[in-house]
Amino acid sequence: MLFLDHIYLIPLLPAFGAAIMFFFGRRLQKSTVSAICVGAVVLAFIMACGCVLQYNVWADANNHQPYQKILYTWLGSDTGHLNYLAKGGTQASFQADAGFLLDPLSSIWLLFVTGVGMLIHIYSTGYMAHEGGYYRFFGYLNLFMFSMLTLILANNYVLMFVGWEGVGLCSYLLIGFYFHRKSASDAANKAFIVNRIGDAGFLLGMFFIAWYLGSLRYVDVNHLARSGQFQIGDPIITAATLLLFVGACGKSAQLPLYVWLPDAMEGPTPVSALIHAATMVTAGVYMVARSNALFVLAPTSMKVVAVVGALTAIFAASIGLVQNDIKRVLAYSTVSQLGYMFLALGVGAFAAGVFHVFTHAFFKALLFLGAGSVIHAMSGEQDMRNMGGLARKIPVTYRTMLIATLAIAGIPPFAGFFSKDEILWQAWTSEGVAYHLLWIIGYATALMTAFYMFRLIYLTFWSPSRVTSHEVEHHIHESPASMTMPLVVLAVMSLFAGFLGFPQSLARLVGSHAETNRFEAYLAPVFAKEAPVFAKEEPGQLAAGTKEEEKTSPTEYLLMILSVGAAALGWYMAGRSYRNVGRGYIEPIEAISPPVYATLLNKYYVDEGYDYVFTGRKKLGDVRLGAMGLGEASSWFDANVIDGAVNAAGWMTRVAARISAWWDKWIIDGIGVNGPAIIARMLSYPTRLLEWGLVQWYALVMTAGLVGFVFYYVYR
Amino acid sequence: MLDISTLHYLVLGAALFLLGVIGVLTRRNVVIVLMSIELILNAVNLNLVAFSRYWQGIHGASALHGQVFAIFVITDAAAEAAVGLGILIAFFRNKETVNVDEVNLLKW
Repeated sequence: MLFLDHIYLIPLLPAFGAAIMFFFGRRLQKSTVSAICVGAVVLAFIMACGCVLQYNVWADANNHQPYQKILYTWLGSDTGHLNYLAKGGTQASFQADAGFLLDPLSSIWLLFVTGVGMLIHIYSTGYMAHEGGYYRFFGYLNLFMFSMLTLILANNYVLMFVGWEGVGLCSYLLIGFYFHRKSASDAANKAFIVNRIGDAGFLLGMFFIAWYLGSLRYVDVNHLARSGQFQIGDPIITAATLLLFVGACGKSAQLPLYVWLPDAMEGPTPVSALIHAATMVTAGVYMVARSNALFVLAPTSMKVVAVVGALTAIFAASIGLVQNDIKRVLAYSTVSQLGYMFLALGVGAFAAGVFHVFTHAFFKALLFLGAGSVIHAMSGEQDMRNMGGLARKIPVTYRTMLIATLAIAGIPPFAGFFSKDEILWQAWTSEGVAYHLLWIIGYATALMTAFYMFRLIYLTFWSPSRVTSHEVEHHIHESPASMTMPLVVLAVMSLFAGFLGFPQSLARLVGSHAETNRFEAYLAPVFAKEAPVFAKEEPGQLAAGTKEEEKTSPTEYLLMILSVGAAALGWYMAGRSYRNVGRGYIEPIEAISPPVYATLLNKYYVDEGYDYVFTGRKKLGDVRLGAMGLGEASSWFDANVIDGAVNAAGWMTRVAARISAWWDKWIIDGIGVNGPAIIARMLSYPTRLLEWGLVQWYALVMTAGLVGFVFYYVYR
Repeated sequence: MLDISTLHYLVLGAALFLLGVIGVLTRRNVVIVLMSIELILNAVNLNLVAFSRYWQGIHGASALHGQVFAIFVITDAAAEAAVGLGILIAFFRNKETVNVDEVNLLKW
């Protein structure tokens, strides 16, 4: 158990790297920085592989339980403080461990986070080679790895929240990496603030769980949720899961909190690849999948998740159709694909959702890194209208990006085909007409995805060159090996990762008799006995197995062909529209309907709407709403009511002082002090007459008196 | 030779006293007024000593009260002269005069 016993080292290694960068980074050579930070992540990856391999062996012998390594009790204790009465009347003790949990779900995340993270670290050594703040960048990246791995490996919601906030912080720091650019620091703020809204939901959800179930450990929560003592549709569990989903919406950029992710592209491209495509944004999916035992008890929440996911998918994809910034297309694509994942979770196909996270991590990271390589070659140009004809000039980037595009468009046998098809199939087979509608939305999204991805490929690589400056044209070059190597590795993964979840319907054609595909089987202990309960809301159905249709229906083959057809159609349409576009070309959507084009180009004016309603940066008529409206209102309240009260108090003090001064001047001083003085003066007038001021007169009077006395006594 | 009796002393004392009083009442110069006050005091001293001598004739040599009292008066006179001259100098500095008729601040 060499690796498993030291599982805590996986997050700590990058934390160590980040700490070194924090304290000594400024003084280190770039090569040393690379060695430490990349080395830490490589070691973490090796540890992760070791842990997962050992866990798989250990789990076979231990009834497929999750492996827990609890270092110490971090919050609360057994000795009694932090005790409280849980909802059921049981005495609960609030406790959170500094504990790590490994099960198939966290294994998958662990592998692709460390794996993709490692590749992106290597890529960054090339991409950031000429940038300032090299050590700062790698310090943040390592800190991110630490936070993300804490999030994944935590054995309770509280520790997960620590990682959750940590990745949010790193996201903020890295989006604002070029902080001297106003747009970048604005985008960083936006990401942070929008995420806070989601985090508030996550926290509240956590409070509900702690209060209702009396524990925040996954094992306890899952055990209780599966114990059968809670009704399906329990209102408090519904509330808790909805709140958790609010958190997931923030982190995973779902409607209506997706607005930060496209702006997050202000960060360096490797960051977009690592944080805003492959890993961090899937944290919401992870959290919902991790809470699957609760979510299956709350069909309403599941429906919300599915609907929000599907709407986000098509909404973001439609915006992606017309964006011109290469990274923004990918950003909207990410939002859209995350929508797919939530659609899968919402229809109860947790394994399919996780599978899509897994494949998406590879091809989307590859797309972003490829885009970074393109931008690198184009000397910083991001606008696809000024690209074109790069296929021959940067062949490695071109080929790998083409593979990723084929993967995301859903063309077999690339990875995206298997995962996306699985999701669409699961949506279709959920009972109820509404789910067919979700399938239609998903299908339309798949068509759009193929279109905008091939639009990107045509505009960047295949169409005639529209590069504006000769200098840039001349400077186009393939990226260094440190950047192309990760591209190639990711391309290989994008090509083959899908086979891990090779659909059973196809496997049966070649003679397999397994119940489910390999990926789903591996995850089965985590999502134990949860079938897509979704449409079957009776309690007894929890233990149902796989769906009937999956084994028999020829519909699955039909849908598969349909989705390949959608991908091909998207490719064909993109090709017709963009094959030969020259400078100043007109978008086909613009040609068909300018208003629709303007709406899509302006992202449905959502940011503007938010400016009107939530931030209040824009006025609605004469009224300002939102945060700034609140600010103005409270400013008015402060200036008029609070300050008015202050001034009134001041005025009253002044009046009281006037009265007091009058009293002092006329009563105290007048009667009390000056009165006796006046009386004394009045009395002095007659006595003063006796004094005439000549000393010798006084002496004469004295003498006369003396003589008088003498005469009196002698002659009386 | 006429015997000098107590009466003679008393007459001399009365004369000195009268001289002093006239001086105090009539002279404007403070210095002379002070000197006149000394005359008055010494007139008194003369009486005291004379009476002391007279009492010694009756009660014996130990009847020294009058003489002792005279010594007290001399001491007192010295102190008074010092204080009086001090006031005089302060007064002179302010008024540049030593005439008592010009000292008339204490009137209504």
